[in-house]
Amino acid sequence: MELDFGFNEEQLMIRDLARQIAKEKVVPARAKYDEEQKFPWDVINQIAASDLFGVFIDTEYGGCAEGNGITNMCIVTEELSKACGGIALAFAGTGLGTLPIILSASEEQKQKYLPDIASGKRLAAFGLTEPNAGSDAAAIRTTAVKDGDDYIINGTKQWITNGGDAEIYTVFAVTDKTKGARGASCFVVELGTPGFSIGKKEDKFGIRASSTTELIFEDCRVPATDMIGKPGTGFMTAMKTFDASRPGVGSQALGIAAGALELAVDYSRERIQFGKPVSSNQGLQWMMADMAMQVEAARALIYATARTIDNPKGRATKFSAMSKCFASDMSVQVCLDAIQIFGGYGYMKEYPIEKYLRDAKITQIYEGTNQIQRDEIASALIKESAQRK
Amino acid sequence: MALNIVVCMKQVPDTTEVRINPETNTLIRDGVDSIINPFDTYAIEEAVRLCERVEGSKTTILSMGPPQVESSLKDALSVGADEVVLLSDREFAGADTWATSYTLAAAMKKLKPDLIITGKQAIDGDTAQVGPGIAVHLDMPQVCYVSKIREINDEVAIVERLLEDGHEVVEVKLPAVLTVVKEINEPRLPSLKGKMKAKKTAVTVWTNDDLDTDPECLGLTGSPTQVSKIFSPPKRGGGEMIDGENAQEKAETVVAKLKELQVI
Repeated sequence: MELDFGFNEEQLMIRDLARQIAKEKVVPARAKYDEEQKFPWDVINQIAASDLFGVFIDTEYGGCAEGNGITNMCIVTEELSKACGGIALAFAGTGLGTLPIILSASEEQKQKYLPDIASGKRLAAFGLTEPNAGSDAAAIRTTAVKDGDDYIINGTKQWITNGGDAEIYTVFAVTDKTKGARGASCFVVELGTPGFSIGKKEDKFGIRASSTTELIFEDCRVPATDMIGKPGTGFMTAMKTFDASRPGVGSQALGIAAGALELAVDYSRERIQFGKPVSSNQGLQWMMADMAMQVEAARALIYATARTIDNPKGRATKFSAMSKCFASDMSVQVCLDAIQIFGGYGYMKEYPIEKYLRDAKITQIYEGTNQIQRDEIASALIKESAQRK
Repeated sequence: MALNIVVCMKQVPDTTEVRINPETNTLIRDGVDSIINPFDTYAIEEAVRLCERVEGSKTTILSMGPPQVESSLKDALSVGADEVVLLSDREFAGADTWATSYTLAAAMKKLKPDLIITGKQAIDGDTAQVGPGIAVHLDMPQVCYVSKIREINDEVAIVERLLEDGHEVVEVKLPAVLTVVKEINEPRLPSLKGKMKAKKTAVTVWTNDDLDTDPECLGLTGSPTQVSKIFSPPKRGGGEMIDGENAQEKAETVVAKLKELQVI
């Protein structure tokens, strides 16, 4: 039995379909993609063929969301992550790359890009981070200089999920150096645009099925019509994007933890020591009970946050930060405990469990480190307190 | 040209969960999920692919069984079938392979297909008789164990049969019955749009009143064979190793034992 989060019939279909893909396509392939660090195109093509790239895009743009896209995105990300947090990221990273278009683009831009993303024909990626601009996102140095009806982009983006495999990039660049955070703008740049190339591909600890690369812009000319929103609104678009995307990172962390817990419980019933399954030891039983409570608590926080974002009454920054931060801290601890339950076998690559920990770790870091999330939560608390007085 | 394809589908218990009651030697059905017979999933996939290849074509899934078969028919719709028909009537119950293929053939006379595709056999009965039976009842040509449909048009299909020692290429006049093996394709997973369509598409249910049949040929009455007993085969014991100084001595021991068992 599962907790009831009020998913509608279509959302239950989405969940079952993602679960079926995870079981039949992701589980058999995950070790190979982790080992070879290759992009999981066969799984991605299946996700596309099953219409799941459309779950976070509204029906008028070729998707199947009806104002419930963030919840849908979390459902799919959780289910895929139960099998592999790395493969799930090709899906979730496309969601992240698409959100600036969903949240801030013009009607014309939405019609131009969203249908191809919804059908899974083209993947998306989000390009903000730079070598000297991680947590301090406003410190980006990539520039976009107006030249007639175009902008000319120069600079290097770093650690971009889906880099090289995505075709549609939402890229942030400074259009007015004098204005600091209010001087950044967001652009859509398509793969193949002259002056835009893919740089170094990273060799990573976890999420190895996902590609992480540099994006290099050398006098890359894009039409001004590909700017999302007005000049100077880029940073605002990025922050609005994170408000909507962080529950997605939370759901990735949640899926990884839930998958690890299931494997650990199954294993504890099979492993015989001292003539009985290790699941009969109270020491392990209490560990598993704690893990399960943490997983359900994260799930409740994430889906409540997702529903709040889908039915907005204001900015959900605080809750988004909480879902991402709580779920990712929980996930790393649950994966550590899952390995402990597997004992020596858990440390071996022959068993799938060590990969869960490697995949979980990134969720404490990207889309804002958990220190940044705590900053966001605390600053919201203090602001709310000040407003009450 | 456009093809009117009918695929016969059987709902079977999920064999990954099958347990047999050791007392009665019958299947324990409680809590066991029902699935589309795995071999039929290849038949469905091939029909859907033909429809994608030959514009204007249509795939109808035909099944016989109790109302709960509707769930499997919905699954078939979610992977691309256009229509589904269920033959459900108490008169049909207890049918063996002869009576089943007779009843399915009666429905085929209404559906008038250009091509009938079935899985090579069902994983519960494993008879592989219903596909060929339909062909005989309809006086149609049949090609079994098809692993590839090379070409197809209004008149003929050129197909490959998978044999133990190779492939046989057969040209067959349509309408015909093909039974397919798993090598023919890789069935797709459903799509969300397919699942939504499946939810909205009604299952057509035909009873015996909808068919032109001889009541003597239906169900248990019409079945020339009956299953007297189902049992799990006894577990095979371990073999006996024969020791001896040399081949001569070992052979002598073997011969003595065989004589003792009255084998020779």
